[in-house]
Amino acid sequence: MNVNKHNTLDNLSDEKLVELYKKMLLIRKCEEHLSSATKEGAFPGAVHLYIGQEAIAVSMCDHLTEDDWISSTHRGHGHFIAKGGDVNTMMAEIYGKATGICNGKGGSMHVADFKKGIMGANGVVGGGMGLAIGAALAASMDKKNKVSVVFFGDGAANQGVLMEAMNVSSLWKLPLIFVCENNQYSEFTHTSEVTSGKIVDRAKPFGIPTLEVDGNNFIEMWQASAQAVLRARNNQGPTFIEAHTYRQRGHVEFEYSFLSRTYRDQDEVNKWLANDKDPLLRFEQYLFDNSIIDNQKTEALNNEVDSVVKESVSFAVNSPLPDLSSAFNNMIA
Amino acid sequence: MSRMRMMPAINSALIEEMDRDKKVILYGEDAGISLLGQTTGLQERFGKDRVRDTPICENIMTGMAVGAAAAGYRPICHLLYGNFIYTGFDSIANQAAKLKYMTGGQITLPIVYMAVIGGGRSAAAQHSDTPYPALMNLGGIKVVVPSSARSAKGLLKAAIRDDNPVFYLTAGSSGKPEEVPDDDFILPIGKAEILREGNDITIVAIGPMVLKAVEASLVLEKIGIHAEVIDLLSLLPIDEETIINSVKKTGRLVIVDEARDVCSAASHIAAIAADKAFNSLKSPVKRVTVDNLAIPYSPILEDQVIPNVENIVNTVRELI
Repeated sequence: MNVNKHNTLDNLSDEKLVELYKKMLLIRKCEEHLSSATKEGAFPGAVHLYIGQEAIAVSMCDHLTEDDWISSTHRGHGHFIAKGGDVNTMMAEIYGKATGICNGKGGSMHVADFKKGIMGANGVVGGGMGLAIGAALAASMDKKNKVSVVFFGDGAANQGVLMEAMNVSSLWKLPLIFVCENNQYSEFTHTSEVTSGKIVDRAKPFGIPTLEVDGNNFIEMWQASAQAVLRARNNQGPTFIEAHTYRQRGHVEFEYSFLSRTYRDQDEVNKWLANDKDPLLRFEQYLFDNSIIDNQKTEALNNEVDSVVKESVSFAVNSPLPDLSSAFNNMIA
Repeated sequence: MSRMRMMPAINSALIEEMDRDKKVILYGEDAGISLLGQTTGLQERFGKDRVRDTPICENIMTGMAVGAAAAGYRPICHLLYGNFIYTGFDSIANQAAKLKYMTGGQITLPIVYMAVIGGGRSAAAQHSDTPYPALMNLGGIKVVVPSSARSAKGLLKAAIRDDNPVFYLTAGSSGKPEEVPDDDFILPIGKAEILREGNDITIVAIGPMVLKAVEASLVLEKIGIHAEVIDLLSLLPIDEETIINSVKKTGRLVIVDEARDVCSAASHIAAIAADKAFNSLKSPVKRVTVDNLAIPYSPILEDQVIPNVENIVNTVRELI
């Protein structure tokens, strides 16, 4: 299957495009805050940041409603925000507070909001696969044209459960979309060192249509998402998207506090931070080129998003710690 | 009342619950043809959508139960043999048992995972395990171990209606026919049953070991030892009250468990007794369990390692 190569997003209004850009910006700025706050020890756990991959979550989730399902990864803040998760409660969760979306019991790796179809980030690589298949099975039995999306990484593509998931989803024509975000690193190892063949090719023997896209190109990713979601809604079964991207940050923030050596060159990282690679800068350029935003508008948007992030941090910081008794509930219904 | 064996009793519970609630779905390997008889005729009755044959892929099977339950269904995941719980253990331990807690109680996960446990059929080590000790250590789930046709029906109906993941583990053979209630018969999860009353010693037995414990009590009665036999039925939550009250009455406790001894259900029950009935104990608490061995194939060897009536009688006689 080929990506619908419209190089524009003519079908989207300027207002909508700005909204999508703003969402990417919000993810970026939340993550940047979490990066600096990690160094300050502002919250208890570790965070895996989505910086550099924002176009994928935002473009895919633009095709979804709250009735659709997503399952995510340990690098899950972007998916949470893109699917409509509340930034304040996400931030409070990461800060381990009572007002967190999981009442401080899940933290960064488990931010979830089932009411909005967000089955959560997941601490097990490939752990979202079964959840997404189950939701897709439910959706297919409900017959209300709901879809389910599993976001996973190149690391998870090497888990055996992916094969199980591809087999049953194709066999049962489930309304499922596989989104493999190939950010090139499986934890601290370049994926090419631990992976044979091309990931996208793995779906082909199962009869699953595949799309291979530049995941840092918002337009291309948006078009691929549109195609895949449409197939799922029309009961045509799963689609497999491999979105090539780059993990700009480490596997986990502050990793050089425990790693004994580096595992990639800074030159390589810098290359992906450049205007022609970074997904946010590229989308921004597109909006400039089409006169949808200008410097003044960009500055206003930045200020607006800054204040949203600031408010979420203030909400998190000023929220109470969980009641001690809450450690003992929610295990059993 | 109808007279039936365990597998038909399970079958009738499934039919009744699937008739009652359209959200109950069942899937598993060979669910349609039904290898062991639990799901016989269900596919014909409820269709291939609600009674689904799956590929052999336990990891996705256990995981998709969680997703389907979160999305509003009440899935029954049929795992055939208890050993295959290990194959699907990632999603059981990391998702099913924890997702509710990790997300601050956002969801309920009404799932039944069913499998047969224990040896005695020359099925060898990979089809004869008793894996509930690992499950008991997960929290976030329930574990029930029916021992008869009657308890199999009552506990399955309770498990399907429960809003938590429930492991439903029975013997692989159908046992003897017995009277099973026809009406909407439900046994509460977490409640043990006293099968025989006695004042001399308490014998707590689990699942496939219950019948052997009852037989042992009959042998003991002939020599004047009156054992109280408790059919535990649920392992998580466990009915501590019934155990403790009995031990306080008899002062002695033997636990019969087909799991391997280390960290078995038996050792947990022994710890409960030591903790909560210490002053009533007149003798050490004894466990009749499987040694730290795999279950062998040859019947003569299998009989050697799985607790039998003689083991139970001899253990009791050591104490009295």
